[in-house]
Amino acid sequence: MAEPRRTTAPVNPAEQAGHVDPPPRMGFFTDTSVCIGCKACEVACKEWNLVPESGLDLLGMSYDNTGALTANSWRHVAFVEQARPAGWQSSPPMAGTPSGPPITRATAEAAAGTAVDQGTRPGVLPAPDPAPAGAMAAGSQFLGMPGTGLPGRDAERDGRTDLRWLMMSDVCKHCTHAACLDVCPTGSLFRTEFGTVVVQEDICNGCGYCVPACPYGVIDQRSGDGRAWKCTLCYDRIGAGRMPACAQACPTESIQYGELDELRDRARARVDRLHADGVPEARLYGHDPDDGVGGDGAFFLLLDEPEVYGLPPDPVVTTRDLPRMWRRAGLAALTMTAAVVAAFVGRPS
Amino acid sequence: MAEAHPVGFQWVMEAKRRGAKVIHVDPRFTRTSALADSYVPIRAGTDIAFLGGIVRHILENELDFREYVVAYTNAATIVTDEFRDTEDLDGLFSGYDPDRTSYDQRSWQYAGHETNGQVDTATERDTAAGLRHESHGPPVAGQAQRDETLQHPRCVYQILKRHYARYTPEMVERVCGVPREKFQEVADAWVANSTRDRTTMLVYSVGWTQHSVGVQYIRTGAIIQLLLGNIGRPGGGVLALRGHASIQGSTDIPTLFNLLPGYLPMPNHAQHPTFEDWCTSIQHPGQKGFWGNARAYAVNLLKAYWGAAATPENDFCYDYMPRMTGDHGTYQTVFNMIDGKVKGYFLLGQNPAVGSAHGRAQRLGMANLDWLVVRDLFMIESATFWKDSREVETGEIAPERCRTEVFFLPAASHVEKPGSFTQTQRLLQWREKAVEAPGDCRSELWFSYHLGRIVRSKLAGSTRPRDRALLDLAWDYPTEGPHAEPDAEAVLREINGYEIATRRPLASYVEMKPDGSTLGGCWIYTGVFADGVNQAARRKPGGEQNWVALEWGWAWPLNRRILYNRASADPEGRPWSDRKRYVWWDAERGEWTGYDVPDFEKTKPPTYRPAQDAVGVAGIAGDDPFIMQGDGKAWLYAPSGALDGPLPTHYEPVESPVRNPLYGQQANPTRKVYERPDNPTNPSPPEPHADVFPYVFTVSRLTEHHTAGGMSRTVRHLAELQPEMFVEVAPELAVERGLTHLGWAHLVTSRGVIEAKVMVTDRLTPLRIEGRIIHQVWLPYHFGSAGLVTGEPANDLFGATLDPNVLIQESKVGTCDVRPGRRPTGPDLLDYLADYRRRAGLDGHHPPIVTADRDGTRPADDGAPDDETGPGRQRTDRDSHEREG
Repeated sequence: MAEPRRTTAPVNPAEQAGHVDPPPRMGFFTDTSVCIGCKACEVACKEWNLVPESGLDLLGMSYDNTGALTANSWRHVAFVEQARPAGWQSSPPMAGTPSGPPITRATAEAAAGTAVDQGTRPGVLPAPDPAPAGAMAAGSQFLGMPGTGLPGRDAERDGRTDLRWLMMSDVCKHCTHAACLDVCPTGSLFRTEFGTVVVQEDICNGCGYCVPACPYGVIDQRSGDGRAWKCTLCYDRIGAGRMPACAQACPTESIQYGELDELRDRARARVDRLHADGVPEARLYGHDPDDGVGGDGAFFLLLDEPEVYGLPPDPVVTTRDLPRMWRRAGLAALTMTAAVVAAFVGRPS
Repeated sequence: MAEAHPVGFQWVMEAKRRGAKVIHVDPRFTRTSALADSYVPIRAGTDIAFLGGIVRHILENELDFREYVVAYTNAATIVTDEFRDTEDLDGLFSGYDPDRTSYDQRSWQYAGHETNGQVDTATERDTAAGLRHESHGPPVAGQAQRDETLQHPRCVYQILKRHYARYTPEMVERVCGVPREKFQEVADAWVANSTRDRTTMLVYSVGWTQHSVGVQYIRTGAIIQLLLGNIGRPGGGVLALRGHASIQGSTDIPTLFNLLPGYLPMPNHAQHPTFEDWCTSIQHPGQKGFWGNARAYAVNLLKAYWGAAATPENDFCYDYMPRMTGDHGTYQTVFNMIDGKVKGYFLLGQNPAVGSAHGRAQRLGMANLDWLVVRDLFMIESATFWKDSREVETGEIAPERCRTEVFFLPAASHVEKPGSFTQTQRLLQWREKAVEAPGDCRSELWFSYHLGRIVRSKLAGSTRPRDRALLDLAWDYPTEGPHAEPDAEAVLREINGYEIATRRPLASYVEMKPDGSTLGGCWIYTGVFADGVNQAARRKPGGEQNWVALEWGWAWPLNRRILYNRASADPEGRPWSDRKRYVWWDAERGEWTGYDVPDFEKTKPPTYRPAQDAVGVAGIAGDDPFIMQGDGKAWLYAPSGALDGPLPTHYEPVESPVRNPLYGQQANPTRKVYERPDNPTNPSPPEPHADVFPYVFTVSRLTEHHTAGGMSRTVRHLAELQPEMFVEVAPELAVERGLTHLGWAHLVTSRGVIEAKVMVTDRLTPLRIEGRIIHQVWLPYHFGSAGLVTGEPANDLFGATLDPNVLIQESKVGTCDVRPGRRPTGPDLLDYLADYRRRAGLDGHHPPIVTADRDGTRPADDGAPDDETGPGRQRTDRDSHEREG
């Protein structure tokens, strides 16, 4: 691919947005290796930001009944049950037990049919046909992507011994190059002095352009309201020198808030430590200023490929190609105009 | 722990970050297991077999902390030759009386002290007398014979070794389903981390107590901790993580029928007719140890109750005290309610319609009262059972005829009132009021004080003797604010105690006088208001004091953070190691010193030896750290105090699909049973028909909800996180029973049926027990019919069978059937249940208590297979089950 990956030089996005002498860029480092899935972040976020409930429905996706980041869930704890080892386990959890082959076709079908409408868009839509999930449960069927099976349901085995239960609190990434902000026609989405991206609820007109613009599928419109909502990194709290609600509530310091540069150093040290402790799968996600979005203000330590957690492996700011597209569209328009003009000019009078 | 105590679990994660190895033993793979280095699946209800295996591992390989064990425990003490072990009697200890299903403890005593065990153990069981020992050991008098070489065949060490000899890794695997390698991993890790330099802490949650052998579970843990020298030392101990705030406080200042504050016994009409009898029974004259001053504690309590009216001449109003006449525990009370023997009931912050075992009995009992007062934050099932419970559906409660008048009073939450919490480490922490309670919500203190005030005003002028107890109460707390809220600190000041003449707060319980010149509401809390300062409200940051942080809150007794901390030094008074230095003898200054408040007489040197006839505190030697025990030693073997035996023994849960592989005695032979038609017990081997209820079920918490759900199902942001009742099943069981993920299933026991959504998950695994496949299912117990999210209460599945020592119900393990689809509704439900009971042979039949054969021939295993094929019970189900086995 000839296209250079970097869109612009790594700069402080607050400065780029016109803030004069801004404070250091602030962000989140979410270390999933110590997440215990307590969901205190989800609750604290909703309490502080007055976010409405997102549905009283049992999703059957392990202990995840939130489903996704939506207008009504600005933190989302994912639970991934898989018949794979976790790096720190000294022995397979179910070793030596008379466990048999995994799930039946019938139970997998039922599981696949359980995704339900969250009352938000895009939300999680009901699966149209659970049969494929059942087919997958009946035997391995490699479709070229990791995680095609339901959590914990992949691979053919006589007895199951390995088991890992990954938990991860997802949140808006507060990209260095934020497409949502680029496409917002009203200026409702803006870059704060802390380098974070915030929607102003009193300005948003509900056009929804930001929703497809987000490479992570984070920002979302609220049903019956129409406006776009997402994590503000608790702009009101950090402006007053306080910690965002989710980080404050996290009992295990899985969610760490601070100056982005310092968090990146901390994260690198943590990964080194995990590698030394025999967890080679540990890796950072969204920390790299050279990635497709110029690095995230909220980045993660993951214990497997990002796809395992439902994260895009190689996100790119969706407005990256806009200038080139406009240039080409302009060129095309000019060409067409010239052709039309030529057509008239060349006409015998 | 991550599930039920996520905030506390931060310290486990911190330890893991520093390189600690985390091992998790649990019937299902939980959020704790997810972070653990090693997960060990186990069959619910087999913990004594597992821990007993570790005891055997320690003893067989002589891995115990020998110096500690010889000096500080009763390992060397010789036991009477009348003692017979469960190994000799097929699961019973000597002294068993099959008629009363309790033990005569005389044959359990130390040699030469055979007269000690003369207590009426059946009565002790009915009054949960074991609870008294929370603050002090049970009695044992005089000097005991010891063999410090530990070779005497009747010394405790050798008895212990013989008792656990058969608890081999192979036996652990057979009983618990724990693979041998996993068991060995746990045993090795525990031992390796318990040395002079290192200590291991045993932390359990209170589900451990909810077994018919719950007390013995914890004793097994304590035996291991003692053998490894982990008691009285920093980083050691046995700690209970409580189910909610201040459970420790609710036994210190008890909400129990059989205890008074500071673990003084509630008077019993037969045992304590007079004040002298009562004091003597607490004090045990001739007894060694600190319990000798009990009379002062008793007098001070009565003075706190009745103030000026309590005088030496009238025995400090002792005759005003109510007397126990037997079992007045919560389950007996509920059955009495069903039988119409109880008129009124107060529920303060409790939701028994959902949260207590045998929900049907709870609701039927409450439906048969004159009045019921419910104080809660939300309208809970225990206030609405008369109109919307399962029994209304089945026709057992008719709302228009239900006679109970329910008074619902809204309560203030913990942020809406000041007060103290006492946590598991006995630490009192004061909390301030943050906001005003809305509307009519009031604190418990307000409710109790004004209820007393109004009752007293209605009785004012009465000349009836029976009203004197109320009218003479010292009921004079200062109040403040528009609602006349009593001053909580004034109550704490009275609990602390003071000199009556000067109102000077007492600094220590040793200042309590038996002559009526001082008063104090709870002797162990004396000092919490020392110098007139609320010591529980201290919040000096950890960085500004030593790591023991004595100036954060206040711990009873006398602000000691670790009990029996004399054991953190060796017999000569030197720290066991520099790394574990905590409390030690300063020979130059001639006193005990250290980071904590020494739990020992300050100037008693390690070399002190008591005279032969010394009693009380003087009877404790300078190297006896366990000062509340009669012999100053920690008890590996309990010659009295535990009603079900001097040593923990593996008994199967009362409901179990398997025969006890270790003994003919299937279940705890001293368990408290209520043999009533409305309290049936599922059959277990050797009884026939156990296969009617082939699966093991266990219940516990989800992080997202709180106990019976009154405080979480009603809160939108919590309710949506776990919005429906579900049952977790292994994929193998789903196949066996035709259950589909998120489809319906119902669970059946002889008491009840509940339905739940199915969660098929690899986090549950079948186990191989005695060559059979045993499936376990797991349920959360938070759901009921009220609130934003509803579901059927898991506790409806349990009956009431109790631990004999403390009368706590077995509500963490039982047997059930699991069937696909929803349950029958309406009156059909009763027929469905009746049919299960008929097939299980339970019509008018209760399983026998004694199944041991003391003559040596064990009864035949498993009765005849269940020939009856009831409706909906398919032959193929059982066939496939048996084939897998």
